[in-house]
Amino acid sequence: MPKKTVYEAKIEYMQILNEEGKLDDKLAKDTLTDEQVVYLYEQMSIGRQYDEIAFKLQRSGRMGTYPQNKGQEANAVGAGLALEKGKDWLIPCYRENAALFMHGLPMHYVLLHWMGDERGNQIPEDCRMTPLSIPIGTHMLHAMGIAWANKLRGEDSVVTTFFGDGATSEGDFHAAMNFASVMQVPVIFYCQNNQWAISVPRESQMNSATVAQKAIAYDMPTIQIDGNDIFATYKATKDAAKRAREGGGPSFIEAVTYRLGDHTTADDARRYRDQAEVDAWKARDPLIRTRIYMEKKGLWSDKHQTELEDRAKRIVDEVAKTAFEIEAPAAADFFDHMFATLPDALARQRDTMRTSSLGLDPDQIGLAARTQRA
Amino acid sequence: MPQLTLVQAINTALAQEMERDDRVLILGEDVGPNGGVFRVTEGLQDKFGKDRVVDTPLDESGIMGSAIGLAIGGMRPIPEIQFEGFLGPAYDQLVNHAARMRTRTRSAITVPMTVRVPVGGGIHAPELHSDSPEAIYTHSPGLKVVMPCTPYDAKGLLLSAIRDPDPVIFFEPKRVYRSYREEVPDEDYTIPIGEAKVVSEGDDITVVTWGAPVFQCLGALDNLPEDVSVELIDLRSIYPLDVDTIVESVKKTGRCVVVHEAPKTAGMGAEISALIQENCFLYLEAPVQRCAGFDTIMPYYKLELEYLPETPRIQNAIEECLAY
Repeated sequence: MPKKTVYEAKIEYMQILNEEGKLDDKLAKDTLTDEQVVYLYEQMSIGRQYDEIAFKLQRSGRMGTYPQNKGQEANAVGAGLALEKGKDWLIPCYRENAALFMHGLPMHYVLLHWMGDERGNQIPEDCRMTPLSIPIGTHMLHAMGIAWANKLRGEDSVVTTFFGDGATSEGDFHAAMNFASVMQVPVIFYCQNNQWAISVPRESQMNSATVAQKAIAYDMPTIQIDGNDIFATYKATKDAAKRAREGGGPSFIEAVTYRLGDHTTADDARRYRDQAEVDAWKARDPLIRTRIYMEKKGLWSDKHQTELEDRAKRIVDEVAKTAFEIEAPAAADFFDHMFATLPDALARQRDTMRTSSLGLDPDQIGLAARTQRA
Repeated sequence: MPQLTLVQAINTALAQEMERDDRVLILGEDVGPNGGVFRVTEGLQDKFGKDRVVDTPLDESGIMGSAIGLAIGGMRPIPEIQFEGFLGPAYDQLVNHAARMRTRTRSAITVPMTVRVPVGGGIHAPELHSDSPEAIYTHSPGLKVVMPCTPYDAKGLLLSAIRDPDPVIFFEPKRVYRSYREEVPDEDYTIPIGEAKVVSEGDDITVVTWGAPVFQCLGALDNLPEDVSVELIDLRSIYPLDVDTIVESVKKTGRCVVVHEAPKTAGMGAEISALIQENCFLYLEAPVQRCAGFDTIMPYYKLELEYLPETPRIQNAIEECLAY
């Protein structure tokens, strides 16, 4: 019996707005309006300014470690716009700040998070998202589960989860992909392939030619796109969301992008990557090409740019001020949110947390004497 | 009133709660047509359909992680992990995510789910099918841990667990699954999580245990001289722990033996001994004794009864403590 081919696959690549700001009109049809392009450019620019201020806050000792989103903003804003605020869920990693802001998360929450304050994770009721997820690759299963709940409840809501190339090495990535595929739930797996997982390059992370092809094993519609192109990030997400809403199940997007900054403020990328590589990617910066495109279309001028930069500074300064002016959290907070109702022993630990006799009955002989002395 | 086994009581509780609350769903390996490897979910898929009794892919982390998402998404998932030894792959999702979600979001996002797990030794099972990891999860803040050993308690505690707004691990002692029957009311009733049960009252010594060893302890009590009066406490809930019931009893008896299947070192016996020392120091007539599994790997089943705290060893511990 001759061998036969039982499965064949290919991965498509989509770029709509190239590095020179030239648009593929055919692919761009029914994607972004001029107003939306300007809006996304503004969101990216505000996000970039947010990064700058966060970086300075860390360097001046006023905030802890912070991971810049710099260079990857087209993903957050394109996907953010393609999804419906208050209806669709965002299950982020930590390089999608702009998407969270566009979906209603108060901007100072992310600063609070990195300032070591859980109140930055206290997602407001009208926001459909989970907080930043620090461990790699564990949150995709939560996205899958939320999408599963949406399907069971017949809710018209799509869940999108963001993660990096490194996360696709984790077992939970494959668990989430497999569960989503088997259960056919409305979830979008959005991989920001930024080429580096801290110091480990994509080539050492996987031997696959693309990240997108990993979805083929799960029979999931998959595409590789230019992740620095707001038209491509928007369209790929919009297409996947439409498919999900129509009962088409999960989709995968590999957005090829680049982490222009260090992994976090605690990292120094010069230790492991060449400046030449960074410079080459700087030329592909999503802000640069979007601005060129807007200028060519007569949507943007130097005056607009100056005004936007001033506005971004004002917004972010105000956000930082808000974060710093919030009163310090109460120590009891980390007890009070352990359970809906605090077990007695835990309440006693809370009430005696400043004493050396943690949780003990203060009426005991010895302890009572000590308490009386005090 | 029907006489039910532990398996039947849990099955009944699951069915009743699924009837009452359409957010409740069961997910796990082989829980569907097969009814689970212990048949605890038998008949439930026929009754409630494939959307509510779901055979998942074979992946414990996937089961736990997607259950977290289901809970966040408004459902009341009951993930089943086939044996306690397979909690390992799900540990990260359970401990680092389910347990922490409420605190890290300051109660904005919560994970109400009940993780059902058969636990413990004594049924001649293969490797990694006989352990007792309750202390590990008790040492993980944010989880409630229960281990009822009677059909009546199991039904009442399971209904409490499913209705609890936070994640609960519901350990089911597999050695008791079919070995004991008792009357279990048809009606809806709950037993609060965190309340121990005094199985027998006594004045001379307190024995604290939970899970299958409750029955081994009852055997030991039968063998003791008639004039020895033992207070036997079945914790039922490991976290929150009913400290008051233990303390009240030990203040009365002055002596205590803690019995558990899990390894001795850093087991729950250590915590209970410390609590007794903190709360009953001046009442103690003897050091608190621990009669537990050894700090070894649980042996394959030819030697499992050497490892487990069986009746003669418990009896010795009680007699030693009384003689001190």
